[in-house]
Amino acid sequence: MNPGALYHPGTSLPHRLPVGGKLVGLLGFAALVFVARSPWWLGGGVLVVAVGYALARVPPASWSRLVRSLLVLLVPLFAVQWWLIGLDSATVVCLRLAATLGMANLFTLTTRIDDLVDAIERATRPLHRFGVRPDRFGLLVGFTVQAVAALTGIAADVREAQRARGMDRSVVAFAVPFLVRTLRHADELGEALAARGVADD
Amino acid sequence: MIEFEGVGHDYGERMVLADVNARLREHRVALVGANGSGKSTLVRTINGLVCPSRGRVLVDGRDPALDGRSVRRRVGFVFTNPDSQIVMPTAGEDVAFSLRRSDMSKKERTRRAVEILAAHGLDGYADHPAHQLSGGQKQLLALCSMLALMPDVLVCDEPTTLLDPRNKRHYAEVLCGLEQQVVLATHDLHLIEDFDRVLVLEAGRVVADDAPADALRYYRKLLG
Repeated sequence: MNPGALYHPGTSLPHRLPVGGKLVGLLGFAALVFVARSPWWLGGGVLVVAVGYALARVPPASWSRLVRSLLVLLVPLFAVQWWLIGLDSATVVCLRLAATLGMANLFTLTTRIDDLVDAIERATRPLHRFGVRPDRFGLLVGFTVQAVAALTGIAADVREAQRARGMDRSVVAFAVPFLVRTLRHADELGEALAARGVADD
Repeated sequence: MIEFEGVGHDYGERMVLADVNARLREHRVALVGANGSGKSTLVRTINGLVCPSRGRVLVDGRDPALDGRSVRRRVGFVFTNPDSQIVMPTAGEDVAFSLRRSDMSKKERTRRAVEILAAHGLDGYADHPAHQLSGGQKQLLALCSMLALMPDVLVCDEPTTLLDPRNKRHYAEVLCGLEQQVVLATHDLHLIEDFDRVLVLEAGRVVADDAPADALRYYRKLLG
């Protein structure tokens, strides 16, 4: 199973920034968004993300895919939150999610997995003395990032198969093949890594 | 040299290989057989993806079940479905991933990956998302990622199943040009007409082992 490509090749400023710096920046941004309570500040965070996308010259298809995914998540969430805890809190929760997920997506769009794995390896090298394997840790993070794309691809395939059989609304018809294909993906990935000798180190 | 010594294998109660004995010294060896004949299981024993229930396999004297690490350094494996094999998002990263365990710097790995892709018909595709390549290009990418490891033996499990006739021809040309020993499990009989040796499998047993012309004549007769 191919883990789908999140990375969009380019030479823009976000592409050229060092991976370690981008990762620390992403974590710092997420922390700030988490502690901020003002909708104005959080709106500013969303604006920063939008500027990042513009700088990265991400094609409209990637923009619209992100916006669609966010709307699917945020519209029902906003409605439920508004009903349960009020308009202000619902706005804050949704802006937090929009800013954080948008920035995380921008990171993956402008960062090669290979570079991310290298950066994680370098950063965790001092932990080697405590039994941490930097190479394994780097791969773990790299494959975790790719797993998001892989699972999204599997879900899209299963939904397509559901539609082809006219079972669009069946939860079971989605959940069972999705689970089976996810487990098969894990098996295949394990075999692919074994074939390249990764598991032998 | 690859040796199968009384190799047998069961999946649960189902026997898929029974007492396979063969020594493969030739440059290009093919395995043919109907679906379920045991081809894929047999080739998977060569690099230890499957450990046989009975008997043993030796690759240059090393048993993959006991010394898998050393055998896998010598044996590259190309899967039927390239999507199973491609583990990185772009073509260049996927080939470079194979070189991570080498002493090369990142720059060298990237350069080498571009060279390997260019040498096998994927020039200019290093930054291309792997999942957006055509079926044929994915097969070539899977092959490139294995060749980057510089294996002594290349084992391919029905690598042309998803290809159109033109891509099959191209893939065959690439295989024929390789210096490595190639062991190919396939249904594509045209692909192996120039091979050195063909083994025919039926119900987990080798029922013919000959030069391509004779082995394929037997196999066609077997298929009816």
